Amino acid sequence: MHPLIRLVARRIALGILLLLAASVLIFAGTEVLPGDVASAILGQGATEKTLANLREALGLDRPAVVRYFEWLGGVLQGDLGTSLTNRRDIATTLAGRMSNTLFLAFWAAVIAVPLAILLGLVAVRYQGRWPDKLISGTTLASISVPEFLLGYIAAFFLAVQFKLLPSVATMHGGMDLGDKLMAIALPVLVLVLTVLGHMMRMTRAAILNVMQSAYIETAELKGLSPFAVIARHALPNAIAPVVNVVMINLAYLVVGVVVVEVVFVYPGMGQYLVDHVAKRDVPVVQACGLIFAAVYIGLNLLADLISIIANPRLRHPK
Amino acid sequence: MRMPLSAAIGLFLTALYFLAAIFADLIAPYGMAEVVGDVWEPISAEHWLGTDSIGRDLLTRMIYGGQTTILIATVATLLSFTTGSILGFTAAVAGGWVDQALSRFVDLMMSIPSLIFALVVLSVMPVSLPVIILVMGLLDATRVFRLSRAVALDITVMDYVEAARLRGEGRGWIIFREILPNALSPLVAEMGLRFIFMVLFISTLSFLGLGVQPPMADWGGIVKENKDGIVWGVPAALVPAVAIATLAISVNLVADWILNRTASLKGGRGG
Amino acid sequence: MAEDILRIEGLKVEATIHPPGERPRDVVLVHEATLALAPGRVLGLIGESGAGKSTIGLAALGYGRGGVRLTAGRVVLGGTEIRAADAGVLRDLRGRRVTYVAQSAAAAFNPAKRLMEQVIEATLRHGLSTRPEAEARAVGLFRSLGLPDPEHFGRRFPHQVSGGQLQRAMTAMALCPRPDLVVFDEPTTALDVTTQIDVLAAIKRAIRETGVAALYITHDLAVVAQVADDILVLRHGRMVETGPTGTIITAPTEDYTRALVSVRAIAHPEAPPAEPILTVEGVSARYPGAAADVLSDVTVALAPGQTLAVVGESGSGKSTLARVITGLLPPASGAIRFAGRTLPARLAERTREDLREIQMIYQMADVAMNPRQTVRTIIGRPLEFYFGMKGAARDARVQELLDAIELGQGYADRYPAELSGGQKQRVSIARALAARPKVIICDEVTSALDPLVADGILKLLLDLQAREGVGYLFITHDIATVRAIADAIAVMHRGRVVRQGRKGQVLAPPFDDYTDLLLSSVPEMRTGWLEEVIAHRRMESAGH
Repeated sequence: MHPLIRLVARRIALGILLLLAASVLIFAGTEVLPGDVASAILGQGATEKTLANLREALGLDRPAVVRYFEWLGGVLQGDLGTSLTNRRDIATTLAGRMSNTLFLAFWAAVIAVPLAILLGLVAVRYQGRWPDKLISGTTLASISVPEFLLGYIAAFFLAVQFKLLPSVATMHGGMDLGDKLMAIALPVLVLVLTVLGHMMRMTRAAILNVMQSAYIETAELKGLSPFAVIARHALPNAIAPVVNVVMINLAYLVVGVVVVEVVFVYPGMGQYLVDHVAKRDVPVVQACGLIFAAVYIGLNLLADLISIIANPRLRHPK
Repeated sequence: MRMPLSAAIGLFLTALYFLAAIFADLIAPYGMAEVVGDVWEPISAEHWLGTDSIGRDLLTRMIYGGQTTILIATVATLLSFTTGSILGFTAAVAGGWVDQALSRFVDLMMSIPSLIFALVVLSVMPVSLPVIILVMGLLDATRVFRLSRAVALDITVMDYVEAARLRGEGRGWIIFREILPNALSPLVAEMGLRFIFMVLFISTLSFLGLGVQPPMADWGGIVKENKDGIVWGVPAALVPAVAIATLAISVNLVADWILNRTASLKGGRGG
Repeated sequence: MAEDILRIEGLKVEATIHPPGERPRDVVLVHEATLALAPGRVLGLIGESGAGKSTIGLAALGYGRGGVRLTAGRVVLGGTEIRAADAGVLRDLRGRRVTYVAQSAAAAFNPAKRLMEQVIEATLRHGLSTRPEAEARAVGLFRSLGLPDPEHFGRRFPHQVSGGQLQRAMTAMALCPRPDLVVFDEPTTALDVTTQIDVLAAIKRAIRETGVAALYITHDLAVVAQVADDILVLRHGRMVETGPTGTIITAPTEDYTRALVSVRAIAHPEAPPAEPILTVEGVSARYPGAAADVLSDVTVALAPGQTLAVVGESGSGKSTLARVITGLLPPASGAIRFAGRTLPARLAERTREDLREIQMIYQMADVAMNPRQTVRTIIGRPLEFYFGMKGAARDARVQELLDAIELGQGYADRYPAELSGGQKQRVSIARALAARPKVIICDEVTSALDPLVADGILKLLLDLQAREGVGYLFITHDIATVRAIADAIAVMHRGRVVRQGRKGQVLAPPFDDYTDLLLSSVPEMRTGWLEEVIAHRRMESAGH
């Protein structure tokens, strides 16, 4: 077998293993720790009797290992369990919210990724001069403010002071794409700002690293134009690190989305998760946690696979 | 060596925030939970930053909020640092299965975003200060572990460490006299970055209602309390943004300076 | 006489350096350089590190690395003044009229592209010929440079060929567009000595066949003597001496040039044989997880107060031998005997006395000393550790050792970063001596140093040996160093000792095949040596 295929297969197997281990960790996080779902729901006023009743009703009296495998078996068949607070099927509720979250994340990524790469290139092109300093300074400021505050700053000025955009991102079935985009304009802006800072800084570092290689000097000494040097020599080697940077930052986006949804009261998965953490609705938290972890692990896996495939040493072994 | 202006400003502002936190009781104009005026009063001579959603003095809330936020972030950073760096150094120096076990476990912890993991844990744990600090510190220790292990590994392969081993030096001398002095600067710089991360993290948790609980003040909580004012054009919720951003940038500048200083010791003449 | 290809007049090169925490300042890298190169001639630029030779070489392409600027004088390439030329004119010259061969071809080739693509790139970009013509020329160059399977060589990626082959491919890349001038920047320095001779011969043949003019930059006078018609000696950015190759190496007029010519001419008479103090007996060793032995059945012996030179190329196992002797890598079989006793195989099982008696000096003095310790701590620690010396007694002994390594007063409180390369290596020596060892293992201790500095270190080591009676196990790849310092020699090749004995015996015929190859590959300081060796080898291989 080609060693590349073997390596890719091994990495994918590792990713699946990691996801399984993460599911154990998420389950254990709500089980083994001193807290307990029943006492969390009932609060301090609970008596031993009511606690025992609730534990039995929730099936908490059976061993954790058994319940883990039941839960995992359900998840694998698309059954995420029932919400404790409203007795609804979690999978059904999540489906709509997940598509909302993906819609938001998609538009944030579509704007942030090309912009970050472009700004990274500009910063490298004018390294140490004012465009570089301006971009670096602005992004440092944007990553020094938490997402939710960026959200309120944007809402305060753009929605309240100048009344350009709606401050709350309500979504409902009857909206067409234009209405929807208008509704998510502010949350997308905030997500772009937070991800952009990290992504641009890492892109800049990755490209600088490539541009300092000896083979770039070789290309310059061949009399190639700056454009040819970048397109023919820097780009093929910069793709892997830049794609890696993009993937890692899309993973940040996954977390950013949770907070931004709360700020703009956006009916997505993040808001759903935060609401149910406060309500101590453990099955919902487990389901959302697992999905977020899966997306995160998947993006990191994708980043690794791309760097493996882009490596000429692995593609063309001796 | 001369201290660059940016680092001096950073150091000054960082010190200012810490001093304000330590002496909050002395400098705060009013009591922490004392209602002293109307709802969302504008800026005035009595209330330099105006009042908040139930008529408390905002400047007072900000000072006490800074105290809580900085205290939690500092303790969590210390926890994360001691745990992470001790385990990281141990993994690097011991090697073998100890290193394998610790590293794989950290890989697993890092495969789940820390905010998500914190939310999962906080859904069953009581939301109290010790629990929050413990969760934040331990989750973040994974990053410190990775860095300190990498730094220590870089140093253990150096010939001067081998020379010390060939001399017959014990593990204590090797860790404390050969490795630690060379690992200190990158670790201290990283400590600054972890501290900022902790400030952002606790603010986010409080904003989500899962961190510091009212009536205690903290910067994230102040945003939550005053966020409804935004639609009425009241900027009270934005005040913490200024505090968090200036503190974060100041600490960043100091950390950058410490890192640069290390680079100069490795390269050119120390002078 | 034809118009000069390259004429440099009064060239001054400056760079801005940015010491951390200080104001950036300008330093002059090259002062008043003047040279002329006629078509088809080869000029050797020689000097130690910091002499400005690479800077001048790149100036011929109108190129300054990282902030380096040509600030005065003229650089005229084929009638065009480069210093006044704009970017477009420079691009037109580079890769067409003048090309460049770098020291590390491994880094200079783009890892993501096939060799052929890179070799013909400049030719195509400048529109000098069609792709099939360029490829045909490249294959022809591959053939004349002695590359294997020239028809298909270009299909490979850089990581798929050896270092020596890459260096030749880089030469092909430089010659492909038929330039007027090629700048060779230390093209054989990173190669093993037996590889170097082939690459050197290939480069020389290619220069002759294409009739191109060349600037050949190196720190090794013996190498440049083989390829250059004229030589220009540089030091600290200034010209020292220039003239025809024969004159420079036989009748130099400047002291500095004379020193360069007579480098490694240390006369060290061989000591008589004696009972060994350190014996390596039938040692085989492999690294954990490795499939093959790095050392197989190695037996060598070192007499007290003498020097055993262990010589071999990279991958010969000579540094592994040092790790086995010091106990860092326990052998799979065999034993280390020292002063009548068998040493425990593992470092952890050795006594402090065992460790004290065998000390080690490393190749890279930079990383052999803790950058956070002063010279006083570095040298003083063994005194404290082995002899319990403290305070004033220790400081006095540190100063004695500093005097012994000819550094004198005022060095005890410096950090390693405040010392030059040679000074650092001297401090390493003092640290080893502080333990009053019977044997010091020297692992390539002079290979990272400039020749004159290395000479100073070798002389110091010999002096100290005469005074302290310490034995050296001297690991090196450099035959000239071996001649200068050894009493006995062991030649290693692929993990085995292929030849050993007293210096006189080992360096005298009849030789085994490998020792013959190794010894005959060492460039000699005379013109015509390369041709003789190549002719000799051709005759021998015809005879077989």
